[in-house]
Amino acid sequence: MNTLIQKLWKMRGGVHPAFHKDDSTRQPIQHTAIPPQLIIPLQQHVGHLPDLKVAIGDTVEKGQMLASVSAVGIGAAIHAPTSGVITSIEERTIPHPSGLAGSCIVLDSDGKDDWGNQRLAPLADYRECAADELLQRIEQAGVVGLGGAVFPSEVKLASAGEGNVETLIINGAECEPYISCDDMLMRERAEEVIVGIDILMHLLKAKRCLIGVEDNKPEAIAALNSALETLGAAGNAGHGQIEADQGSNTQLSGDSSDSASLAIQTVSPIASAPRIEVVAVPTMYPSGDAKQLTRILTGIEIPKGVRSPSLGLLCHNVGTAYSIYEAVVAGKPLISRITTVTGNGIQSPQNFEALIGTPFSFLVEQAGGYTDKAERLIMGGPMMGIALPSDGLPVVKACNCILISSRDELRLNDHDPADDERLVMPCIRCGKCMQACPVKLLPQQMYWHARARDFEKVAEHNLSDCIECGACSYVCPSHIPLVDYFRFAKTEMKAQQQAAIKSSQSRERHEFHEFRKAREKAEREEKRRKQKEALQKKKAAAADGKAGEGDSKQDAIKAAMERAKAKKAALKAAAKNKQDNSDAV
Amino acid sequence: MLMAILVMVGLAAFFGALLGYAAIKFKVEGDPITDQIDQLLPQTQCGQCSYPGCRPYAEAIAKGEIGINHCPPGGDSTIQALADLLDVEPLPLDEEAGEHSDVPLVAIIREETCIGCTLCIQACPVDAIVGAAKLMHTVIADECTGCELCLPPCPVDCIDMIPVPQSTDNWVWPEPATLGKIPIKIEVKA
Amino acid sequence: MQFDTRITSLVNDAPDISQLMKQVLYALIPAVATLLYFYGWGVLINLVLAVVFALALEGIALWVRGKPVKPFLKDFSAIVTACLFALTLPPLISWWLILVGLFFAIIVAKHLYGGIGYNPFNPAMIAYAVLIVSFPLQMSQWPGAYSVTGEWLSLSDSLSIVFGQMDADWDAITRATPLDEVRTGLITGQSYQDIVAGDHFGWLSGVAWQWTSLAYLLGGLYLIKARVISWQIPVSVLAGLAGVAALMWLVDSSIYASPLFHLFSGATMLGAFFIATDPVSASTTPFGQLVYGASIGFFIYVIRTWGVYPDSVAFAVLIMNMAVPMIDYYTQPKVFGDSGRAVHGKR
Repeated sequence: MNTLIQKLWKMRGGVHPAFHKDDSTRQPIQHTAIPPQLIIPLQQHVGHLPDLKVAIGDTVEKGQMLASVSAVGIGAAIHAPTSGVITSIEERTIPHPSGLAGSCIVLDSDGKDDWGNQRLAPLADYRECAADELLQRIEQAGVVGLGGAVFPSEVKLASAGEGNVETLIINGAECEPYISCDDMLMRERAEEVIVGIDILMHLLKAKRCLIGVEDNKPEAIAALNSALETLGAAGNAGHGQIEADQGSNTQLSGDSSDSASLAIQTVSPIASAPRIEVVAVPTMYPSGDAKQLTRILTGIEIPKGVRSPSLGLLCHNVGTAYSIYEAVVAGKPLISRITTVTGNGIQSPQNFEALIGTPFSFLVEQAGGYTDKAERLIMGGPMMGIALPSDGLPVVKACNCILISSRDELRLNDHDPADDERLVMPCIRCGKCMQACPVKLLPQQMYWHARARDFEKVAEHNLSDCIECGACSYVCPSHIPLVDYFRFAKTEMKAQQQAAIKSSQSRERHEFHEFRKAREKAEREEKRRKQKEALQKKKAAAADGKAGEGDSKQDAIKAAMERAKAKKAALKAAAKNKQDNSDAV
Repeated sequence: MLMAILVMVGLAAFFGALLGYAAIKFKVEGDPITDQIDQLLPQTQCGQCSYPGCRPYAEAIAKGEIGINHCPPGGDSTIQALADLLDVEPLPLDEEAGEHSDVPLVAIIREETCIGCTLCIQACPVDAIVGAAKLMHTVIADECTGCELCLPPCPVDCIDMIPVPQSTDNWVWPEPATLGKIPIKIEVKA
Repeated sequence: MQFDTRITSLVNDAPDISQLMKQVLYALIPAVATLLYFYGWGVLINLVLAVVFALALEGIALWVRGKPVKPFLKDFSAIVTACLFALTLPPLISWWLILVGLFFAIIVAKHLYGGIGYNPFNPAMIAYAVLIVSFPLQMSQWPGAYSVTGEWLSLSDSLSIVFGQMDADWDAITRATPLDEVRTGLITGQSYQDIVAGDHFGWLSGVAWQWTSLAYLLGGLYLIKARVISWQIPVSVLAGLAGVAALMWLVDSSIYASPLFHLFSGATMLGAFFIATDPVSASTTPFGQLVYGASIGFFIYVIRTWGVYPDSVAFAVLIMNMAVPMIDYYTQPKVFGDSGRAVHGKR
């Protein structure tokens, strides 16, 4: 149906690791049973910590909002993945390379998996909805980018603005070895993904959409194309109605049954289907990086510091498109995600629709348990993932893969001192890292400067453009952990920047403190001076007053004396008269 | 002979005039060296250098009144930076001034013990303690520079210095060379 | 269950240094075979002695510097240095000259600068330069090729000459190299065409030299194909040399040698594919590599034509080694998104 011939641009650099994807695509996506306890970290996204809406002891229903988008800035809401009781809100180790703890909500499930009345109202006729309404729904549902960046989708879509995006790029490349969650999603739920894309296109008023899928996933490409055909044919027919039954997978879990019951939504035909195109891109790591995929599909290189919508582009992951479908059409917040559990440390590698907060160990158990090769636990893929210390950690929104494997199979470069096969040798400046770098950096120069802690020079070599894809480390004949140096340099530079900001704030605060002290002193002195003045004035006034009073006293005394004198004289005169009178008698 | 003298004098006069002109033309305004020194100081305002704050210390260094090695919070890295700036030899930290701590510290008030005397509020050089008379005080951790100036005035010794708590925000990826030698986890004292 | 988190940059799965070095050695096989065919046992003796001396010196240097000896010896870098150096030496050269040369290569040029990865100059070329400046006579005693002289020296005789047990009749054995012959011929007023008309000249250069050069070219192409080296340096070295040579040849073809002669004489091919491409001492940016290579080609021509040394690859490479930091600094590639085409590409 599509007559467009999509030209592809060649990616620069890149590597061809062993992909190991077939291990986990042999079985359909399984719904897990409900784990007895879920550990839900509050910080699962880029942005501020969300505001807690529940307290210890609360009974929550499935889908109930546990924490809402922070009032101070961007973030994402967190919902209860199942019904149960909040038994604790405490610091627990979170899946982060530091192995540090973060606030987590601990939810003991009651096994009922009861939505209560928490389900959001389905917006099946989303094409009648205003963009604001859809954005609000996406925010409400806590949708974040599931490609790994976990940036709040609502913020990304809202900042793109309506009508600015000409080409919507949907990232289904999934270039990292071992991970197959997007592949399985596209194979099994292609129609839902397409509906999700249609929502995005409606919301953004995008003119066209390119779905980039690596050509090592022919089943996914076929599924997407056939979904496009079905939905598009319905669209062309005008009033054909198709059922988007997302819960066709009849698993034992409560989740599937209720999504089946609820998602029998009649989705109107997809009018935008002719403008959506599935493009097979050559298999090459890291073609799944958003900027790389954008270049492969459109030839546009998004420069540093430029937002892609200003170039008419926006990139979303297929998983995000699916979550948006669920949020809008099924009214289901982001409480579960598809996670690949794989590696030669796992008995039966496969994909699960896992509830957020499910401990890794629970998933491993569902996948048949460990083999004797379980030596390392990695969240994400082997190229960019992070090594984690324990399988008690929970699935978070970013967790696309749990890779448990032996050190040898991964060809890990972990510098075992006993291993002189893979000893770190000095850099021989062979330039292979530079050839592998998809962003045209000079990893070798950055490495020298990072090692010398000359961070200014590292920044001059555009460290901030590094996507930490690991291609340079992968090809290094000296086994130098280049990406670790870059991550170290990045975090260290950030820390230094924070320290610089703090020190300039401290300087300002101190200056203000000094100023305040000086002002207070000046004010005090002014006050004292005023008081003194007032006192003096009073004294002066008092002195004047005393003088006046004295006169009057004296006058009074005088007057009194005069009065007394006069009285005396009068008495004398009277006595004289009496005497005179008696004399006269 | 006379000619030679005249030429020399003439040259001297010419270059003298040139230098004089250059001195006026390219005069450096103000005294930015104090600002530059102040930029390098850690701004804890702790006064351990015997000057009341970082700026006075910077002024004193600029005037040559005191060495560059009297700032314990800055430690060796600040001394090195100052040495680079002023083109002098770096010196070891003056032990009399105090000891350098690699771990940044913040003050914390044991609130149940605080009697609300306001003495620490007055002592804080960056106004990072809030509270009122007879009411419990508290430290704004983000603003605290860890200068310890609030410790001596406290009549009930209810202020403790603790390392800045590690979080995922301020965590730094370990430098690869140190891997395997130093455990990544850092114990945070409660 | 607890897991070890001691993982850095996760996966590393590419040929390591020793594998790269081994591929370089494989690529030298055709040239070694050709040289053996033309020059006899002396070539092999040079190689064996050089490898033994280099490993011994490398081991001592590592031990003195307190570095782990075994893994660094296993990186094959010393062996590659030794082989490249040995291939630049005239066969039947005295054993102690090889030792002296390798002392400068391994100890002075490599370990005094910090060992593998830190040497600013190509160690093999330092060794060659030291020897040719200090022992010009011994370094220019090239025996005639077997195809020319028809005399095949036995292994025991070769060994005796190398270890000084037997004095060789150097005047009888040695022949001027084509480069020498052309230079002296031109100085004495012969025309270039007359000089190369001699029967020991092939259609490109001297018979032995042209086949050896072709063997190096073959090995070099393998290295490019195996992605051990990038194409930029060899291509630009050859283009730089051929370009200048062609220009001069067009000016006057009777007093300047042809570009083909330059390309297939002396150590041009060895230099272009195996010496100038030494990653440690070469430029690393793609454009910088072109500048670096073309400059080497230029200097090879200049020193060959107007200098006094039998060949000039070593000096040209060493001169450009010095310029590498500057070249790299000024030829940084533009980062992704900085190429000024942040607009829709033409479809």
